[in-house]
Amino acid sequence: MNKAYLGIDIGSISTKGVVIDAENNILAKEYLWTEGDPMGAVKRLLKALEAQMKGIDAEIVSVGTTGSARKLIGVITGASVVKNEITAHAIGTTTIHPDVRTIFEIGGQDSKIVIIENGFVTDYAMNTLCAAGTGSFLSSQAHRLGVSVEDFGEIALTSKKPTNIAARCTVFAESDLVHKAQIGHKKEDIIAGLCKAVVANYLNNIGKGKKIMPPIVFQGGVSKNVGVKKAFEEAVGHEVIVDENGHLMGAFGVAVLARKSGKERPFSFDTADIEFRTRGFECAKCANHCEIICVYREKELIDSWGNKCENGAVRTAG
Amino acid sequence: MTHNEIVACFPHMANYAYAFKYVCEHGFEVKYLIPPPITKRTLELGARVSPDYVCSPFKYCMGCYLEALELGANCLMQIYGGCRLNYYGELNARILRDMGYEFEFFDMAAVNWKSPKDIIEHFRIINPDINPVKVVQALPVTFRIIEILDEFEDLIRHNVGFEVNDGEFDGTYKEFLGKLENVEDGKELKELEKEYRTRLHGIPLNKPAKTIKVGFVGDYYTVQEPFSNYFMEKELAKFGMEVYRQMNFTNSVIHNQGKKKRKIAKKYAKYPLGATANSTVAEAITFAKEGCAGIIQVKSFGCMPEIDAMPILQNVSRDYHVPILHFSFDSQTSETGVRTRLEAFYDMVEARNGRKA
Ligand code: SF4
Ligand code: SF4
Repeated sequence: MNKAYLGIDIGSISTKGVVIDAENNILAKEYLWTEGDPMGAVKRLLKALEAQMKGIDAEIVSVGTTGSARKLIGVITGASVVKNEITAHAIGTTTIHPDVRTIFEIGGQDSKIVIIENGFVTDYAMNTLCAAGTGSFLSSQAHRLGVSVEDFGEIALTSKKPTNIAARCTVFAESDLVHKAQIGHKKEDIIAGLCKAVVANYLNNIGKGKKIMPPIVFQGGVSKNVGVKKAFEEAVGHEVIVDENGHLMGAFGVAVLARKSGKERPFSFDTADIEFRTRGFECAKCANHCEIICVYREKELIDSWGNKCENGAVRTAG
Repeated sequence: MTHNEIVACFPHMANYAYAFKYVCEHGFEVKYLIPPPITKRTLELGARVSPDYVCSPFKYCMGCYLEALELGANCLMQIYGGCRLNYYGELNARILRDMGYEFEFFDMAAVNWKSPKDIIEHFRIINPDINPVKVVQALPVTFRIIEILDEFEDLIRHNVGFEVNDGEFDGTYKEFLGKLENVEDGKELKELEKEYRTRLHGIPLNKPAKTIKVGFVGDYYTVQEPFSNYFMEKELAKFGMEVYRQMNFTNSVIHNQGKKKRKIAKKYAKYPLGATANSTVAEAITFAKEGCAGIIQVKSFGCMPEIDAMPILQNVSRDYHVPILHFSFDSQTSETGVRTRLEAFYDMVEARNGRKA
């Protein structure tokens, strides 16, 4: 039986999973919506990966988790590595593109930039405040224009004269878009303009003051949009690489970290059938009112966190 | 003569309440109320009655005032500085009075510190029967309290990440603060200081010869008040790093290093940027030269001086090849986001440091 490593990336919008072998080859991969229920999403993810792994002679010996619910899912899956998404993405990307200098990432609700020198992260930034540069903004605008997000990029490429769209903030961009449509700008020009606006917003916000050097790799859901890719290339004057598994880089990176950790723990896909529950409550012992999360397997409390001090600690049995 | 009906209170800032208490009770001869520790409630109360876009120190101060008024404080105080902070006292007092509170307000920004007459006049707001000699006599011990607090906290910053028994530094220091609260004179202080210096130095450590050092800079309030930066120094220490910080009362009020720091920063910032911005740049340069593996700038959301320092810090980062990360805080800042970026910071400096070694 060969050894395999599982990486899970649970974000607020999507959940991704990758199984790799000892040479970092991807044996199974899955991408699905979190639907506000990280535990349910992980169960579905495990089922899907289990189905893909049927007939492959490999056994998962180590698990890594990343993304906003990394801690919770790490407890549930008995992960040996729980890593923040910035490091996970950087590790995943440098594994595949060892000479990468810049990573752009635009996801459903947030965006990141990571600067790398000689394989090491030297700078990064993250934005979770404004939606104007993100995937959810693009899909809502696509909807408004009556085209599907999937076609968005291709349509943008047909434009000869992209419309200028005020991109500072979602609200302004929206009203500007309505205005430009009313005064008769062509649909493809508006769409290309939107792609440019997303890029301008990104570079002015999280890209500000960063030394952007090639090779540049572009990841996240929005990287599938060829219109945005082209707008990036025009704005920074370098080729921008998008690879097929770009949206899985966080999961892939944390699988690589699980492999490198050398920590092996038995893992079974049956975890998907065990009943896990979380319970949140407010500590009433002082005016901080910390929100404490308790995680239960069946009836047993297995972990808790959220207390800012010892007075609010919940002891796990045993 | 001690005025029993006057209860003075400064908004919280780190642990300096013990120094304020000493000077108020022994110098101004009024009672002093140490406000309740800052909690989420403090910030919520403060944010509710503050302009939305004002920087967070204002909101924290407002919260502290409200909690202090609830407990019977009737003489509030505000400090001053090199930015819009100078208007804050006036605005703090006005908002609170509009809410119907009655109190005296000692606004340090309103005092002409060059005129002894004006100083005494303003001091009479705190105590109409003030005896200036007493105030002057209380100063050496007050300053000594500040110096000891800063000395001990530096020691903790450098070592807490390596303590063998979890929580020993915090526990010992807390015990010290409890006793400091009721110190009567310089002699008592000296004994207390000696006892706890020995104890803090005696805490068993598991410290490697080569550690990862990180420099901590930022605006006056956010860099010094741990609650307002989500206890970041402690989080950094928990990763096993040695934390360095220059900005404190000792280095700004007692031995003002502003001039020296402006000189260090000169190559990068010729003109005064306001408030602590030039110091921030100078501190970053010093930390970079002294071999810190990374530097963190914390600032209140909307703090103009520190925003102006950011691009300059990026030049420092480039020239000295040391990563500098910026964290901005307001009442909405998500703790998870800060945590994620902090973890990534640790991974980054650790990986780079490992390579250099
Ligand atoms: S955990 Fe500690 S800080 Fe948080 S509410 Fe409870 S007592 Fe207060
Ligand atoms: S230095 Fe910055 S945070 Fe402090 S009062 Fe001035 S503007 Fe606000």
